Amino acid sequence: MKRVQFRHSAVPYFFIAPQIAIIAIFFLWPAAQAIRQSFLLEDAFGMSSQFVWFRNYEDTVFNQQWVNSAVFTLIFSALVTFLSLAIALLLAVKANEVLRAPGTYKTLLMWAYAVAPPVAGLMGNMMFSPLLGDIFNGLNDLGWDFDHNLDPFDAAFVVILISVWKQVSVNFIFFLSGLQGIPKSVLEAALLDCRSAGKRFWTITFPLLAPTTFFLIVINITYAFFETFGIIDTTTRGAPAGSTTTLVYKVYTDGFLGADLGGSSAQSVILMIMVLLLTVVQFRFIERKIHY
Amino acid sequence: MTSITWRTVSTHLILIAGTLFMGLPVWIAFMSSTHTAETLFRDGLQFWPGGHFFDTYSAVLFESGGVMKSVTGSRMLFNSMVLGVGFAVGKVVISIMAAYAIVYFRFRLAVPLFWIIFMTLLLPLEVRIVPSYEVVSGLGLLNTYTGLILPLIASATGTFFFRQFFRSIPEELLEAAQLDNAGPIRFLIDILVPLSKTMIAAILIIMFVVGWNQYLWPLLMTTQEDHFTIVIGIKQIYQVLSEGGELPQYQKAFALVMLATLPPVLIVLIFQNWFVKGLVESEK
Repeated sequence: MKRVQFRHSAVPYFFIAPQIAIIAIFFLWPAAQAIRQSFLLEDAFGMSSQFVWFRNYEDTVFNQQWVNSAVFTLIFSALVTFLSLAIALLLAVKANEVLRAPGTYKTLLMWAYAVAPPVAGLMGNMMFSPLLGDIFNGLNDLGWDFDHNLDPFDAAFVVILISVWKQVSVNFIFFLSGLQGIPKSVLEAALLDCRSAGKRFWTITFPLLAPTTFFLIVINITYAFFETFGIIDTTTRGAPAGSTTTLVYKVYTDGFLGADLGGSSAQSVILMIMVLLLTVVQFRFIERKIHY
Repeated sequence: MTSITWRTVSTHLILIAGTLFMGLPVWIAFMSSTHTAETLFRDGLQFWPGGHFFDTYSAVLFESGGVMKSVTGSRMLFNSMVLGVGFAVGKVVISIMAAYAIVYFRFRLAVPLFWIIFMTLLLPLEVRIVPSYEVVSGLGLLNTYTGLILPLIASATGTFFFRQFFRSIPEELLEAAQLDNAGPIRFLIDILVPLSKTMIAAILIIMFVVGWNQYLWPLLMTTQEDHFTIVIGIKQIYQVLSEGGELPQYQKAFALVMLATLPPVLIVLIFQNWFVKGLVESEK
């Protein structure tokens, strides 16, 4: 906070009021409702509800479909995070090495940031469509018995490919700006000590990028958890047989399409706790970052 | 010397491969949108221009589509524009005000209010969609721009960014302003906002893209077709186009994909430097 400040009793409340009002109506109240509903069991007609303690949570956690979806979400998030970070890092390192017109590749690689996940999903959906055949038939001609409408592995492949495609750009922007922030003198000193470019990268550059990488891991996990909703909804819709249903997609299908309010709320609260844990990890790291 | 040139070549090859990986799907989508439905159905995806650009795009922009046949592409683009601009401007204005109160004033409820704002960062809209929907429907805001925009503004990312930025502004400015008897509103409008111009522009661009690209919330909120944004409209219309029983009109679906993609991409490319600066700075 500032050392010098205004001393007014009413003015600051006037400035902060709009934000607080919106948060109260559209954030605090719904969040409280989610928690309340997660402890209630409504009858089929929504006429009466009963307080059932943690039964919705038990029903969620011991439900095989939920467990499957949680496992898929973890594998999916790990793969999307790793692949999109690895591709982006490779491209950023190479773009940083280019001496002539370095901005060109930056422009060519960053624009996909602005593509909406569902639009990317729909585009991918049509690329892989059996009716527009080229890629679909091409993969089958190569000997891959490919059908993302029937085979869970192929469906997961399509969703992961599109999710990675959409996320490479933002990672690339951050890695490139991280690389450009490393002082030239450090790299020149390293050049004198070590001739192997690969070794220099892993022992000098990569550790210096650690804060960026860690920050991006958190961002990418959040992306894979939440924002891929649009990609899944426009490609597989969680099919075949629920094999590409992430936890968020399940909250949506159970709550809106299945009208199971208690169960959906319990799932929401579990997700909230997961996000909170992720944030705690993030903040612990940021504190450490300040120290070194 | 040869090893250096070999390294340069491989560098460019990798970057070109990355560029193709990113660009080819959009190129194919664009080229396919310029062909007729018959060509696409017979020959599959297209790699070269097909000469039906105007037919497809004028049909998509000005003829009514959708399940109820009541929405045109231009109407959906307009709705997306309202959402993108409304979200960006609303968020920037509200964030600047809140950040100003937090940084420049000493008041009793400052700490608890700050923590309430902080909490919104932790829980994205996706985990509380069902109750949020009930609140908005209870307020009678379904199918309105207000109901579309306000709940999305509740997350306080912008407030934190401006708080960070205001704290980096030298204290002497406020001392000087106070000596000149400038009040808080005058200080904000005449000094702080002009100083933050670049940052405001960067955040506006990022938020416009974020707003334009919203999916889950508009999907739940808008049940009437004339309130569809283009990002949710294409999915609904795609289903009609591909399940209509007649020849699937894939060229129109591709054209809608291009229309949904182009505005945010162009804005990011045109204002590239501001955008990158804003993105990298704000996420720190």
